[in-house]
Amino acid sequence: MAEFFSEYMLPVLWIAAKIMMIVLPLLGAVAYLTYAERKVLAAMQLRQGPMMVGPFGLLQPLADGLKLFSKEMIFPQQSSKIVFVLAPMLTFTLSLVAWAVIPFDEGLVLADINVGILYLFAISSLGVYGILMAGWASNSRYAFLGGLRSAAQMVSYEVSIGFVIVSVMLVTGSMNLSEIVLAERVWWVDLLLFPMFVIFVISILAETNRAPFDLPEGESELVGGYNVEYSAMTFALFFLGEYANMILMSAIAVILFLGGWLPPFGIEFAWLSWVPGIVWFGLKTASVLFIFLWARATLPRYRYDQLMRLGWKVFLPFTLVWLVVIAGALLAGDALPVM
Amino acid sequence: MVEALIFYMFAFVLIASAVMVVVSRNPVHSVLFLVMAFFNTAGLFVLLGAEFIAMMLVIVYVGAVAVLFLFVVMMLEIGKVSMKEGMVTYLPVGLFVGLVLLAELVFVYLGWEMAEGAADRRLFPTPDASEVANTHALGQIIYTHNVYLFQISGLILLVAMIGAIVLSLRTRPGVRKQDIADQLDRRREDAVELHKVESGAGIK
Repeated sequence: MAEFFSEYMLPVLWIAAKIMMIVLPLLGAVAYLTYAERKVLAAMQLRQGPMMVGPFGLLQPLADGLKLFSKEMIFPQQSSKIVFVLAPMLTFTLSLVAWAVIPFDEGLVLADINVGILYLFAISSLGVYGILMAGWASNSRYAFLGGLRSAAQMVSYEVSIGFVIVSVMLVTGSMNLSEIVLAERVWWVDLLLFPMFVIFVISILAETNRAPFDLPEGESELVGGYNVEYSAMTFALFFLGEYANMILMSAIAVILFLGGWLPPFGIEFAWLSWVPGIVWFGLKTASVLFIFLWARATLPRYRYDQLMRLGWKVFLPFTLVWLVVIAGALLAGDALPVM
Repeated sequence: MVEALIFYMFAFVLIASAVMVVVSRNPVHSVLFLVMAFFNTAGLFVLLGAEFIAMMLVIVYVGAVAVLFLFVVMMLEIGKVSMKEGMVTYLPVGLFVGLVLLAELVFVYLGWEMAEGAADRRLFPTPDASEVANTHALGQIIYTHNVYLFQISGLILLVAMIGAIVLSLRTRPGVRKQDIADQLDRRREDAVELHKVESGAGIK
């Protein structure tokens, strides 16, 4: 029994503690991302944003959370109850489990698995189920239309995201996220990857159903999309899941293209070396997140057929061709990663 | 011991959800159980140390194939009654086919024998799992040693895809489509005409 305790129980407890150390700051980040979104939108539209709760409205996210906790959950009569409750739980859980493989600093990662990037891709491709299930289980026309739209959109943009990831794997020769960050890159390879970075950022906007691709919840036509029928905590879970996914996708962009926890642009000043890697990682993630908010404040919503056209007829052919270009350049420049 | 427990958990949930796929009365629930079955299969692959195949299973089957299933099933309004109807007539046939397949599997398993020394004479031996990560091992086998076979199977799939498109494509007359180049070509002079209307005369 003692052996069982020391061999299994202690590691399990230790892992659980590490999970809490990731999840709790993440939830805090989600709460303050909603605050940042409202403040940034307000600044761009010459308003003030949340001001009343606490200094500069800093306690607003907590007040919103408390409000959602205390509200009543409503189940539509004709809904499929189990699926209806499962859908937000699934969305929220999926947005958390992906963080298991994200390296915050050198060696600071919960599970340093060999196929980390595939794991992330697999988890993000599951996200569509939460939305489809919500749309179907609500048994409402608006929710159903929102769910279908969202599913089609996420599946289409996953294809080009896949090719972007393949090109990064080609350049770094690894599927382990820490190795991808640490891989030595020649400057012209980085230059070749830049168009892929642009496509990746646009695709993650579509993948997380954010403006200007927020058709699944287009208020003006679908009321609220797949989450029309949800209230209180079930709605809050969708909301948290969406924002956690935004942070996750920004973190992936940072790891694949912006050098993870390393200082930006390879700067090596002595007075900067004490800055821990996790700070750089956080700052880089925040700057990608700013693009999300910036796009929401400035761009009008796409039309649905334009969105599909962009995914299948522009991004997919371009990434396919560019992948071949990168592979050819690596071969010609003798820069292919060696095993 | 814990590994065995985890294996039995995955195995039990896998079989239970596979049964539920067939038994469930609501087709959408069936597809969701199918997804759960795929997912548990991926868990079993991870237990075997085949993490690449596990991830591929989730990405391809759960992330793409099952989403399309779900899509189609949600759009079709199959009543619960019609799902139940065929049960009695098809059950014996299904059981028979299943038994035949099971018997064949058992025969193959019992009768499988490898010639003496055949394992040493393989052209491309299975890479040693302790030396190479299994993603690299798969890459070596598929893309280095057997690249032509791989390309041929890709071509067969391509032919099948083109065949499916040719068979299902029908051109319907009178469908209005957006021609982006045409729209961008349009100038003000082609679209707007200015007329001087005499006051008091109205439109003739």
